Amino acid sequence: MDESNVPAELKYTKGHEWVKIEGDVVTMGITDFAQHSLTDIVFVELPEKGKKVYAGKSFCVVESVKSVSDVYAPVNGEVLEANGSLEQSPENVNKEPYGEGWIAKIKTSDSGELENLMDSEAYKKYLAEQEH
Amino acid sequence: MKLSFEKSVAGREGTEIPATGVKEKKTDDLLDAKFLRKELELPELSELDVVRHFIALSRRNFGVDNGFYPLGSCTMKYNPKINEVTSSLSGFANSHPLQTEKLSQGSLQVIYELQEFLKEITGFPSYSLQPAAGAHGELTGIMIAKKYFEDLGEERKNILLPDSSHGTNPASVNMCNFNSVEIKSNERGGLGVEDLKQHVDKDTAVLMLTNPNTLGIFDENILEICKIVHDAGGLVYCDGANANAILGKSKIADMGFDITHLNLHKSFSTPHGGGGPGSGPVGVVEKLKDFLPKPVVGKKSENYFLDYNIPKSIGRMKAFYGNFSVMVRAYTYIRALGPEGMREVAENAVLNANYLKERLKKTYHLQYDRICQHEFVLSDKNLPNEVTTIDVAKRLLDLGFHAPTIYFPLIVKGAIMIEPTETEGKETLDEFAEAMEQIAKEAKEKPECVKEAPLCTPVGRLDAVKAAREPNLRWVSKE
Amino acid sequence: MNFVPSTERQKKEMMDSIGIKSIDDLFVDIPEKIRLKDDLKLPEALPEQELLGELEKISSKNADSNSHSYFIGAGSYHHYIPAAVPFLIKRSEFYTAYTPYQPEISQGMLQVIYEYQSLICILTGMDVANASVYDGASAMGEAMIMSCNITKRKKILVSKTIDPQYRETLSTYCWAHGAELNEISFVDGGVTSLEELKKEISEETAAVMVQYPNFFGCVEDLDEIGNLAHEKGALFVVAVAEPIALGILESPGKFGADIVLGEGQSFGNPMSYGGPGVGFMAVKEKYVRQIPGRLVGATEDSEGKRGYIMTMQAREQHIRREKASSNICSNEALAALANTVYLSLLGKNGLSKLAELNLQRANYLYDKLIELDEIEKVFSGKIFNEFVVKVKDVNALQKKLLDEKIVAGYDLGKDYPELKDCLLFCVTEMNSPEQIEKLIEVLK
Repeated sequence: MDESNVPAELKYTKGHEWVKIEGDVVTMGITDFAQHSLTDIVFVELPEKGKKVYAGKSFCVVESVKSVSDVYAPVNGEVLEANGSLEQSPENVNKEPYGEGWIAKIKTSDSGELENLMDSEAYKKYLAEQEH
Repeated sequence: MKLSFEKSVAGREGTEIPATGVKEKKTDDLLDAKFLRKELELPELSELDVVRHFIALSRRNFGVDNGFYPLGSCTMKYNPKINEVTSSLSGFANSHPLQTEKLSQGSLQVIYELQEFLKEITGFPSYSLQPAAGAHGELTGIMIAKKYFEDLGEERKNILLPDSSHGTNPASVNMCNFNSVEIKSNERGGLGVEDLKQHVDKDTAVLMLTNPNTLGIFDENILEICKIVHDAGGLVYCDGANANAILGKSKIADMGFDITHLNLHKSFSTPHGGGGPGSGPVGVVEKLKDFLPKPVVGKKSENYFLDYNIPKSIGRMKAFYGNFSVMVRAYTYIRALGPEGMREVAENAVLNANYLKERLKKTYHLQYDRICQHEFVLSDKNLPNEVTTIDVAKRLLDLGFHAPTIYFPLIVKGAIMIEPTETEGKETLDEFAEAMEQIAKEAKEKPECVKEAPLCTPVGRLDAVKAAREPNLRWVSKE
Repeated sequence: MNFVPSTERQKKEMMDSIGIKSIDDLFVDIPEKIRLKDDLKLPEALPEQELLGELEKISSKNADSNSHSYFIGAGSYHHYIPAAVPFLIKRSEFYTAYTPYQPEISQGMLQVIYEYQSLICILTGMDVANASVYDGASAMGEAMIMSCNITKRKKILVSKTIDPQYRETLSTYCWAHGAELNEISFVDGGVTSLEELKKEISEETAAVMVQYPNFFGCVEDLDEIGNLAHEKGALFVVAVAEPIALGILESPGKFGADIVLGEGQSFGNPMSYGGPGVGFMAVKEKYVRQIPGRLVGATEDSEGKRGYIMTMQAREQHIRREKASSNICSNEALAALANTVYLSLLGKNGLSKLAELNLQRANYLYDKLIELDEIEKVFSGKIFNEFVVKVKDVNALQKKLLDEKIVAGYDLGKDYPELKDCLLFCVTEMNSPEQIEKLIEVLK
C-alpha cells in the first residue's frame, strides 16, 4: 500500500479517526488510511447537532458501495456541528480527508481524554503494525 | 437500450378495453372532482412494441435455462417445466382465496400434503407455509421464539449467530428487538464450540445456525452444539437455505434444532424469477406449534380446512396463506422425485460439489480443505498480478457462465462460493473447471484480459460509485 | 424422475477422481446416529404424464373463474390478464434467473425493475419506489418499522377501514418490534373517523395509516387525514390494495403521503388462491435511505453506455447486517415483471378506461342491489369497484348465489361485529353485463 498521509499536527485514534484540538472543541474525520481502505465513499450518515457522544462508541456511519463502517467518537461530548456539505459531496472524504472531508465538531466534556489519543508518530507506528 | 417510456408514441394503444355495457353515470357524479386523476404518464405502446421490448430485455438476461449458474447458497438447480404447467392449471391459478373451504379442497389438499411432506423430510411435527421467502421464514421463526419466551415469562435478549451467517439472520434479529451476538467459527469452518460455551447463558434466546453452513460444511459438532444451547434453556434455529445437501440423508429435527425454515425456491426447484417470489415454510418442534402463524391447513376425515384455532399464535405474517403457486411447484417436484429421487438429489449435489472442489483446489486457494456438502468456497489468495475475485467472476461471464457467489461468507477473504447442484452433468462441471483454469492462466499471462472483463456482454463493468452518489432511480419525463 | 443427468458411469468416474469408494463417504460429517438408514416416507415417484393427471384431478376440486363467477375482491382481485403477459414473463431468461447480482448479464431484469420503479412512482405520485416486497400486508409492517425509525416514535394509528388481513399482519410486526398499535374507527360514510383521529393523534404518533380506496371500497379524504398527521409530525402512510383504482383516482402523493404501499396482484397476476402477490412501496425523496428492499439505479459503464445496477445496497441486510432496518432479501420480481408488462400494454389510456369500466359496472350493480327488497345500503361514501350492502341472512343469500355458481360478497361480520349481515361485493371488468344481470335476477 502507498504511504498514508499522516499530518503531524493532528491526533489519532485506533479506529483511524483524526482529531484536531482547539480548546474544548475538537474537529474530527477519518484518516487517509481509513478512506483508502474503505474505497469510494458514497454516503455519510451525519450525526445530528446536539447528539451526545461517548469516546470509543459509534456515532455516525460512512458507506462505500460494498461496505458500511462505523465512525467512533474520539472523546465524550456533544456534537456542535456536522459537515453538511458531505451530503452532496461524500467524495470529499476521499479527496481531502483532513480538509473538506471533515465529519463533525465535538465539544468535549472532559479534555483529559485527549491524552489517550496517539500523536502522528505513534499513529504511523500503529499503521505499520497493522500492515503485518 | 431504450426504456419503454422512451419508445412511447402519443395516442398508441396496446389493448382494447371492453365497453361498460351497463347504464353509465357521469364520472363526476360517481367520484368527487378532487379525487379524479389529472395526469397519468404511462407509456403508450402497441402490443408488438411491448412484446419486442420485453423479448429484447430477456435477451439481456441469464437464467439457469441459459447455462451453468453456480451461485453459492442459492441452489440454482433446473426448474422442471412440469412445475409451470401444474401451477398454471386454472383450478389453482384462477381461484379466489376467500371462496369457501368447500370450493377450495384442491388447493387445501396441496397445502396440507406439502406440509406433510416437509414434516417427513425434516422431522418437525408442525409447519406453516405462510412465509413468502426465506428471510420472511426467519422472521417468523424468531417471532415464534420471542412468543415462546414471553409465554414462559422469561426475558432473554440475545440471539447468537456464527460469523459466517447470512446477513438476513442478524437483520431478522434486529426487527424483533433482540441483540445479535457473534460466535466465531473454528479452524475447520464449523461453529466454535468453546466460543459458543462462553456466550451461552440465561440471556440466550436462540442460536441461529445454517447447517450445512455457508462454507458448505456440515457441522460435525451439531449434536453437542444443540445440547449446549438447550441446557441453558435456549432454542436452536436452523436456516435451511442449504437443505439441498441433506434431503433424505438426515433430518433437521434429528440434529436437535427446534425451528427451521426451508426455501422452496432453492431446494425444491421452484424458479427464482429474477429475485422472487420465493416461499419460506417454517417447521417447529411440538412445544412451539401453538405459536405458528395462522391459519395452517388441517384435515378432518376427508375434508381439508383452514385452522385458525391457534390460541398463542404470533398472528399473521402476510395476507392469505402464503405463495400458493410456489407451493404447487414444490409439491409437483416432490411427487416427481419420490423417496429415492429425494435422496439422489442430495447425493448428486454433494458429489458434484466435491468433484469440482477437488479439481479446482489444484488451481485456486481452498481455505477449508475437507469434504464439503452442496458447495465450497475458494478464494483469490493465490492469484498473481493483483487479479481478484471480482475479475474472475466477470471473466466467467465472458466464457458463458454465471458467476459464483462472491465475497461471501465474510470469513473467507475474496471468497468464491460455488454450488453446482445435482442437475448439472459431469461435462458441464468439466467445462466450468476448464474455464476457471483458463482464467487462472490468464491471470498469470495476460492479466489485463481478466481485469477488463467482461467484454462480450451488453454492457461492461458499471460504475457503482456513480450509481450510489448520484442516485437515478426512475425515469422522469423531460417535459 | 430425479432430474440428475449424470450416468452411473460418470458418477463412478467422479467418485474415483475424488478418491472415494461410496457416496456415503461424502456424508461422514453427519453424526452416525442422525444419518438416515431408510428412504423417506414420501409417495412414490410419478412420471410426468401421470403427475400431470394427478395434479389436474386435484385442481379440478377447486372452484375457479371458469366454473364460477366471482363478485368478490377483499384483497384479491379477478382481472383480465392480456395474453402477452404470461407469454413474456415465462421467458426462461427471466423466470429462471436469480437476483441480478451480476449486472452485465442481468441488464434485462435490471431495466425491468427500473421501469417498474418508474411506473410505481407515476401511479403513486411518489419520488422513489423499491423493487418490490412480498405483498401489501407485509409492506405495511415494513412501513411501520420505517416510520418508527424516521420519527423515533413508536405509536402507530391505523384506520379500521384497512383490510383486516393487513391490520393483523401489521399487529404481528408491531408486537415483535415493540411498537404500539391503535385503531381508528369509521363513520357513516364508510371512511375513517376524523374526529376520533384528532383525538387519538399526538406528538408521539409515528404514523397514520389509511387505505385508498379503503376495504369497504370507499374513497378516503386523504387531504384531511394527511394534514392531521403532518400537524403532529407523524408520517402519512397510504395503502392501496386495488391499484386499478389509481387509473382514475388522484395519486396519494398529491395529498402529501410520505409512504405509499400496496398490492400489485391486480396488474397482470392471477389470484392463485392468494399468492404470490407483489407488494409495492414508494416514498418521498428524503426517505430514500430508509426504504427497505432493493433499489435499481441507472449508471454507465466505462464506455459511457447506460446500464442498470442494484444500488444503495449499504442499506440492506447483506451489508448492514444487524443494523439493517429490514431483513428482506428475495422479493417478488417476477410478479413485478408482470406488473411492468401489464402497465406497458395498458398504457395511459388503457388503465384509465379500465378503471372507468370497473367504476361504472360496480356502481351500476350497487344501485340495482339497493333497489331490491331486503338489501340495504350501509355507507354513504363514494365507491370505486367494491361496496357494502346489508342483507337479511348472509348465509342463505350466499347459498342461493352459490347454487347458481356465483361466489359473491365477503362476509364482513367475521371481522367487524358492528357489520353483521353485511357483504362486501366487488365488480371488475371480468363481470360481464350478463353476469351482473344474472346476479340481480337471482336476488330479486
